[in-house]
Amino acid sequence: MERFDDFHEAASDTEAYIRNLKESGRKVLGYMCSYTPEEIIYAAGAHPLRLFGAETNSALADAHLQSYTCSLARGVLEGALSGKLNYLDGMVFPHTCDTVQRLSDIWRLNTDFGFFTDIVLPVKLDTESAKEYMNNVLCKFRRDLEKGMGVTVTDETLKESIETYNTIRGCLKAIYELRSEEPGILTGGDVHAIVKGSMIMDRKYLLKRLPEVIETLRGAKAPSDTEKKRVALVGSICNHPDIYAIIEQSGGVVVWDDLCTGSRYFEGEIGTDGDPIAAIADRYIKRQICPAKYMSTTSRGDSLVEMIRKHRVQGVIFLLLKFCDPHDFDYPYMKGFLDRERIPSMLLEIEDHLPSEGQLLTRFETFTHML
Amino acid sequence: MTDAGAEKNSRKIKSVGKMKEIMTAYYIDAKTARETGKKVAWITSGGPVEPLIAMDVIPVYPENYGAMIGASKMGGDLCERAEELGYSGDLCSYARADIVCSMVDGGPIGGLPKPDMLICCNNICGTVLKWYEIQARYYNVPLFIFDTPFCHTGYAVEARKYVRTQIDEYTRFLEKACNKRFDHDRMKEVGRLSVEGQHLWQEVLDTAMNRPSPMTCFDAFFHLALIVTLRGTQIAVDYYTSLLEEMRQRVADGISAIPNEQYRLLWDNLPIWYRVKWLSEKFAAHDACLVADTYTSAWCGQLKYMDEDNFLDSMAEGYTRIYLNIGVDEMIKIVLEMVDKYDVDGFVMHSNRSCKPYSLGQYDIQRAVQNERGIPSVMIESHMIDERSFSESQAETRIDAFMEMIKQKG
Repeated sequence: MERFDDFHEAASDTEAYIRNLKESGRKVLGYMCSYTPEEIIYAAGAHPLRLFGAETNSALADAHLQSYTCSLARGVLEGALSGKLNYLDGMVFPHTCDTVQRLSDIWRLNTDFGFFTDIVLPVKLDTESAKEYMNNVLCKFRRDLEKGMGVTVTDETLKESIETYNTIRGCLKAIYELRSEEPGILTGGDVHAIVKGSMIMDRKYLLKRLPEVIETLRGAKAPSDTEKKRVALVGSICNHPDIYAIIEQSGGVVVWDDLCTGSRYFEGEIGTDGDPIAAIADRYIKRQICPAKYMSTTSRGDSLVEMIRKHRVQGVIFLLLKFCDPHDFDYPYMKGFLDRERIPSMLLEIEDHLPSEGQLLTRFETFTHML
Repeated sequence: MTDAGAEKNSRKIKSVGKMKEIMTAYYIDAKTARETGKKVAWITSGGPVEPLIAMDVIPVYPENYGAMIGASKMGGDLCERAEELGYSGDLCSYARADIVCSMVDGGPIGGLPKPDMLICCNNICGTVLKWYEIQARYYNVPLFIFDTPFCHTGYAVEARKYVRTQIDEYTRFLEKACNKRFDHDRMKEVGRLSVEGQHLWQEVLDTAMNRPSPMTCFDAFFHLALIVTLRGTQIAVDYYTSLLEEMRQRVADGISAIPNEQYRLLWDNLPIWYRVKWLSEKFAAHDACLVADTYTSAWCGQLKYMDEDNFLDSMAEGYTRIYLNIGVDEMIKIVLEMVDKYDVDGFVMHSNRSCKPYSLGQYDIQRAVQNERGIPSVMIESHMIDERSFSESQAETRIDAFMEMIKQKG
């Protein structure tokens, strides 16, 4: 088998993977946000599954969502209404943006997957009272899960789950770091499949498999002798694995990202001393934020500059989903921070399909030649 | 004056002049705050303004200003300039226009007075959070975020505690920003006036239950300004007292808002500010009066949670459970109540590209109204102050077809 076939298969045919996994009797809970406390879901004995909204036809979702809704919300709802997500045993909606907020209502009123809950997290994360509220909301989520799934979530199982997640996230980060040191030891498409796969596959399998991946990569040398331009992706989700190959073809290579299906998923280790729920809340407070949350007026711009320096990024590609308000609002100021650092950037707005490969290659080539 | 002119004149709401005077004086006060030594706070339309009034801070509403931009048809140009700065054309047109006005001192009345502080309450949307962050960076002034957790299915105990705590944080923030103690006695008085003003506003809106109605929602869009900007002041109470008198007198005298009210309609979402006149004439030509709307009633819909004797405590719940911060099913309940209360024959929905929390879910609300009450509905799409987004011919065709359905039913 090719080195990362297992990840590629789970990432490209999630349904087959999950149906197979469910044969063990495991319940599967869907989510679509990096603020989902997967650790609690996993401790409750359920399997957390990130939804990517890959449906391209949206005839059923169009009866609930206007044309100015992002393809992620539309795709996920289409999957629910068309029966393609029938393998879900429930859905969890952490509060993020205005669109997902209403999607949660529409989901609750029009589908029936068993378990459903909103996790109405604070929007600001910079005060003591917000932190306390976050903690209380996570405790409530734990109780909701216990009631809804008919289980008890003990502190012990929570701590075990936290260990599992710390290991998985730590491995993903290590893979990112190895790639940043020696881009080309695996393709961007591989990294994408590994991260995406890690939100889909059995976590116990990942505990064993991800360290193996690191072993194969450690000390490896990139085959290419041509110097590639170091690029970072910034945005929400990237569900277009092809984009990495096109960037590589254009003479660039992705070395890091600020994506909710990338570094925002694995950044931040959860403390293992003391109350486990408080420790999970603490990670959200300290982690790089999604633009729908507030830490300070410049926290995202500052972190971006820090990331650029740390990973010697030469150019940034903003990969924004069309109709994603929080990212659209941040784009001009984030770009301004990059301009100040003399780091070129380009904006790629994605609806549900990527532009044609030829067009995209031309755009990336023009961009990488500027770097 | 011709007969038609005299007839039209008799229908005009007399309080309009008074309202314009008050708003002019208010903006002069705000624009001269530097000279008079007063502080200016920019605040979101659904934000808790009463503590500002109690601290003698002048509240300024970029959203009210957005409405002025829209009404003066300057929105398209300003929004286009925001796009040149990198702001997507899909973003809220209020936010886009306001952000640009700050940078160019442009827009109506030569721009808004600079803020000394920013108060952002996210009970209306997540957009205001991003918008106020941008303004906080631009003006480099303190930003207070009043975080009101969304109430999908009720007001959770966790949220109750969190919001209540933030009220104390808010008053401490104001003490620091104004460098003076928070005046709790004054706050009580402001709270009482706020509740009184909201009651009066509700009573004004209630006069539209009469057949024919003395006012339309287009009138409500205009007279709304004070309950938004001067809520908690005697000025607002006095104004709505006299407006209510005028409305009651119109009812007694049989003066209707439109010449021949045959059909009664309900409006949903914010106004299409640059087309208010066009829409009001369009519907009047069909003998249809838009008697009520879900938008202007949002500034008095929380009275059930408000306690004027315990204002600060009760406003936590009041501000958290406003119309835009509740689940679609609860919105459906409120819409159905309005359909019954105002006895309407049809439902006009503005699908507002500028406002996702108001617009996403409208299809579900529309279906519920059709299923539960069997009345026709129509959806008109726009960006509320970006006139480039509006297709007059498409709106006209839809409205004509919708009115045809209502007439056939009638």
